[in-house]
This record gives sequence, structure tokens and C-alpha cells, in this order.
Amino acid sequence: MRLSPKQSTLLVLAVLMIASPFFFPSNYYYRVGSLVFVNSIAVVGIVILTGYAGQISLGHAGFLGIGGYACALLPAHFGLPPALAVVAGAALSGAIAYVVGRPILKLKGYYLAVATLGFGVLVSMVLANEGWLTGGPDGIKVPDPGLRALLEQVGIELTNPQFWYAFCGLVLFIGAWLALNLRESPTGRALRALHGSEVAARTAGIDVAKAKLNAFVISAVYASVAGSLLALQNRLITPDVAGFMHSIELVTMAVLGGAGSVLGGIFGAALLTLLPQVLTVLQDYEHVVLGLVMMLVMIFLPAGLIPSARRLLRGRGE
Amino acid sequence: MKRIVTGAFALALVATAAATPALAEIKIGAVVSETGPASSLGDPEAKTIRMMVEELNAKGGIKGEKAKLVLYDDGGDPSKAKTFATRLVEDDGVVAMVGGTTTGTSLAILAVAEESKVPFISLAGAIEIIDPVKPFTFKTPHTDRMACQKIFDDMKARGLTKIGLISGTDGFGASMRAQCIAVAKTSGIEIVADETYGPKDADMTPQLTNIRNKSGIQAVLNTGFGQGPATITRNYAQLGITLPLYQSHGVASNAFIELSGAKNAEGVRLPGTALLVGELLDPKDPQKNVVLAYKANFEKAAGGAPVSTFGGYAHDAMRILTEALNKAPSAKPAAIRDAIEGTTGLVGTTGTYNYSKTDHLGLDLSAFRMLEISNGGWKLVK
Repeated sequence: MRLSPKQSTLLVLAVLMIASPFFFPSNYYYRVGSLVFVNSIAVVGIVILTGYAGQISLGHAGFLGIGGYACALLPAHFGLPPALAVVAGAALSGAIAYVVGRPILKLKGYYLAVATLGFGVLVSMVLANEGWLTGGPDGIKVPDPGLRALLEQVGIELTNPQFWYAFCGLVLFIGAWLALNLRESPTGRALRALHGSEVAARTAGIDVAKAKLNAFVISAVYASVAGSLLALQNRLITPDVAGFMHSIELVTMAVLGGAGSVLGGIFGAALLTLLPQVLTVLQDYEHVVLGLVMMLVMIFLPAGLIPSARRLLRGRGE
Repeated sequence: MKRIVTGAFALALVATAAATPALAEIKIGAVVSETGPASSLGDPEAKTIRMMVEELNAKGGIKGEKAKLVLYDDGGDPSKAKTFATRLVEDDGVVAMVGGTTTGTSLAILAVAEESKVPFISLAGAIEIIDPVKPFTFKTPHTDRMACQKIFDDMKARGLTKIGLISGTDGFGASMRAQCIAVAKTSGIEIVADETYGPKDADMTPQLTNIRNKSGIQAVLNTGFGQGPATITRNYAQLGITLPLYQSHGVASNAFIELSGAKNAEGVRLPGTALLVGELLDPKDPQKNVVLAYKANFEKAAGGAPVSTFGGYAHDAMRILTEALNKAPSAKPAAIRDAIEGTTGLVGTTGTYNYSKTDHLGLDLSAFRMLEISNGGWKLVK
């Protein structure tokens, strides 16, 4: 039996997620693993927007902020259970992406990049300045969703990092599965068509504006869920999460790993989450090495790590 | 095949992150914001912590055992701070932690400290770090609330009760603004103007003009940190406002006088620690020797960089921890925690610490000195 690319990607992902804990000597590794998953979820959203549809967003951390603050504010002000707040935050992010996306997705290339950048900056400024609601720059506490306690009742006892490793891993797996399915769906094909040429896509009868908007909304929901999961496991959220640098970091992860492929995006997220932890031994040279790795990848593997590696192994283009 | 290769690579990355197991030495952990937006606070803290561990080992360590410092830079990001705190506790096996340069990073670290029951001494200002008291979390800096009280006490002594408030919108400014508004209600101070500015704004004359135009105003208080307060001091002089101007403890440094210009800063008052005015202290003052010794050591170790209040917080935290490690019957985190809680009469650069079961801050208002800028230097206000 031969596996389709989709099935083999999911298989690799599942095996890595399940096998890695056997090599974990302490809870710290579960913590780093769950951060890899959280970043990966957001990056899979970027893969859909940038890799599939070819649109650039430099403000996606804004949606992480919305998702994260939803988990802090909705339980505090409306008594919503934190787990439901994740869903409400995702819906809110989707709605905001829809409203914001309609006008700004008419822009192309770097005009779009600057408009989304403005959106991201706006969100982080509101979060930092409206202290009466958001707790200001020092951040705000996030309640415990109680899911771990629920598991304990049925006899599954996990430490906090272990639980978040498992939970974020599960969410990432579902997110990756959906993104892979989307790729081969009519919507996904439309996105990839307009990536190649908007004019040609329009000629083929694709509603370009609607397709772009779809991609923007979907990727905003991914980012929002990632922000919620980060807030819930940190039990604290600060406006930094919506900051400009975080947006850049997410795009870098996607581009480094290979924006066109889900596995590439996840690999990029893993690499940029793990490298700073590994490089602490180099202390002062950490940032230099990080920058060097990124430059070398972009010069020698311009399609990103995973797609370039695939090409090398196959000896031909995909 | 290709995916197996990628998989193996990813696994190898995870595996290289594994560290070597602990040896028989006392490991002290630190997470500070050495780089990033809070680096002006975190950098002197990191330097101080490294210097003090070296000093400790040069003196023979703790009960004959060497201390080993594991210090990580969180870049001011609370999520990173939490990861590094987890790493210190779970992987490096430290017996206690020092750090948390900002309130956000401190709150992230204390969650790990409380869960894993490892003592943590925070270097950040906000009161919520130790209020309500958490069993394993302590802190060395005085709170914003105490700074507000000190300033208001001084205002009342001068007969000033109607004041204008101007605050930065960064973490420091926003938090102190909230505390000062709360304290004003109970201390007979009326805030008649309340303006804000962005931490990077280059001109605050509109806000100051608004404040000046409020009738009956007697003094102005700026709760800010960084460049903003210096800009305000300059604008204040340019506008020719003659009302007394108070700044926060966040700008208690010589750099502030330089940035503002000595002439513009003349007469500005602010609450500061003894560290800034070591030479001016009374010879009988218990803090005098401590402060001067730290200042000399730091300036030597840091290659001439001036001491700052923030490095002083780290100095005090390390002194408290070292004393607790020497006193504790074992190097178990719980024993160290009890020893820290038993700290009494420890003279630091910030003040004299007396911890107890109900007080994990250990300072009172006497820790603050009211300072006035005079002829480009500092003067103690009696």
C-alpha cells in the first residue's frame, strides 16, 4: 500500500508526537514541546494564507492576542468557562478578520504587508493601553480551564507540562489534518491558483476576493486558537504576545521551514522554538547564530527546509 | 524515506537539548531580562548576580560547597521566562531562583516556583507578586504603593494637597498610576488632573499645559520610567512651570539628571534608595557600608558602569539567599524557604529586610529616602 502525501505527513507528525516523550528526561521538555505545538498551530495558519494563497500578513500576532485575551477576559467578565472562551475567541478573531480583511485584502504585495502590520500594532496598542479592561502592559491572569482535573477524575494523572504537551499536540494534529484536507479541496485549489496568477485564476472563474478572504479568516482562527492555548498554559497573558516581533517570528518560522507545506511550517516552528533553548550554551552569540542559520537557509534553500529537502531527495521539483 | 530523515533530524534536535546531570554543588537559578525592552533593568541585575556568585565562591562557597549559577535571559518575554524557570527547576535542578526583572516575567516565574515548591526571590515592583502572600515567593524591591505613600507624605509636609498626575503608558507607569490613585484617596491628596503619555513620546508640552491650566493645582507627579520623565522635566522648565515636580523611584539615577539637564532638573524631588546617595548618608546609618561596598564592587566588576537601583535589588536578593543557604539545615528547597522567611534585620542596599509568614516584602517606608536634585547632584530631604 502506498500512502498519499497527506497520510504520510500526518503519520510522521503522529509518530514524532508520540515517540518524542520517550526521550524526555524531565517536564521541561514537555513544556518546550507544547510551545513548539502552539507556535506550529499559528504557523499552519500562515501556511494556508502565505503558502497556499500567497498573501502576506505581518500582523498575525494580533489574532494570537485576541485569542489569548479572550481566555482571560470572557471568563472574568461573562463567566464563560475558559475552554469555551477558546471557541468564542476563535469566532471573534474570525469575525474581525472578515471585517478587516474585506478592505485590506484588495491591497497587494507589500501594501498588504504594511496594512496587516498596522492591524497587528493596533491590537497590541489597545491591549497595552486599555488597562481598565486588559490589565495593561503587565498583563492579566488567565483562569485554569480545569481539563486536567477532569482527566484526574477518570484516573489519568498528568503533570501540568505533560497535559499541555498532549492537549496542544492533539489540537495541532487536528489543525494539520484540516489544513492538508483544505489543500486538496476546491477552496485550496482556488487559493493555489490565485497564488500563481490572480488574473488567470479570475479567468478560470474563481472569486479571487472571496478566496483570499477565506484564507485570511481561516488563518486568523488558527492564530487565535494558538494564542488561547498559550494563555491557558501560561496562566498569564501580556500584550507582548500580540507584538510586531511576534508576527515577524511567525512568518519567519513558516518561510524557514517552507511556507508551501504544512510539515515545513511545523518544522520551521520547531526549529525556531528549539534553537534559542539549545543555543543558551553559547550565551552572547545566541542571536548571531540564530541569524546566521536563517540567512544560510534562505540563501541555499530558498523554498524553505522541507520543500528543498524533498526536492534534493527526489532530484526534481514538486 | 525523506520523511524519516526529517524525523530523525527533529529527534536529534530534541536530544541535543538534553543536559548533563547535576553534580554535588549548590545550584542557584536566575532568569532576568538581560536583553530586550527591560534590559536597562535586567543588565545590571545579571552583572550583579554573576559578580556575587563569584564573590561567594571566592570566600569558600556555602558550608564548603561551591555555588553554581545557571542564568538565562528571557528577553522580557513572560512566556520565555516561564520556560526557563521550568528548565531551571526540572532540568538544571536548582535549589532556589532569583530574577523576574519585570512584573510580567515575575508572575510567570512565580507560577512555576509555587507549583514545584522552589523558593523564588523576585526583582520586580508590583504588589501582586507578594499580595496575597504565596508560600515560596519573596521580593526585594519596594512596591509602587510605597513610593506613592512616600511622595504624598512629603507633599503633605510641604502643604501641597491638590496635584496633577502624569503617567507613562508602559508597565511601570500604568501600574504606579493605579497605585497612586488608590493611595491618594486615603491620604488626603486630591488628584485634579490625570494625563498620560507614550513611553517613546518626544514632547509632553500639551499634557503639561493641560495640567498647568487646572485651577488650584499645587504640585505635579510623574509616574514614569525611562526617557519620558527626562523629557517632562525639560518641557516643564521650557514652559516655565514653577510648581514643585515629583518623579518616581524608577528614574533615580545620575543618567536622569544628565538627560534632563542639571538646570532643568533643579529642585525635582523623588523617592530613591540609599544606594544613590551612599556618600551623603550619616556615618552611623547602617546602610552606609553596605551601599558603598556594593557600589565599589559593582563598578569594578562592570568596568566602570554606574550602579543602579535595579542591580541593588539583585544584590539584596542574593544576600538574602546566601544567608538563608548558610542558615538552612539542608539544601532542600523547603528548608531554604523557611530560612528566607526567617530573615530579620538584613541590611541591603534597598532597605532593611524583615521577612515573616505574613510579609514577603520585608521593607517599610523607611527604605525610601526623599531626594532632591540640587546643582546637578543629589541632596537628602530631611
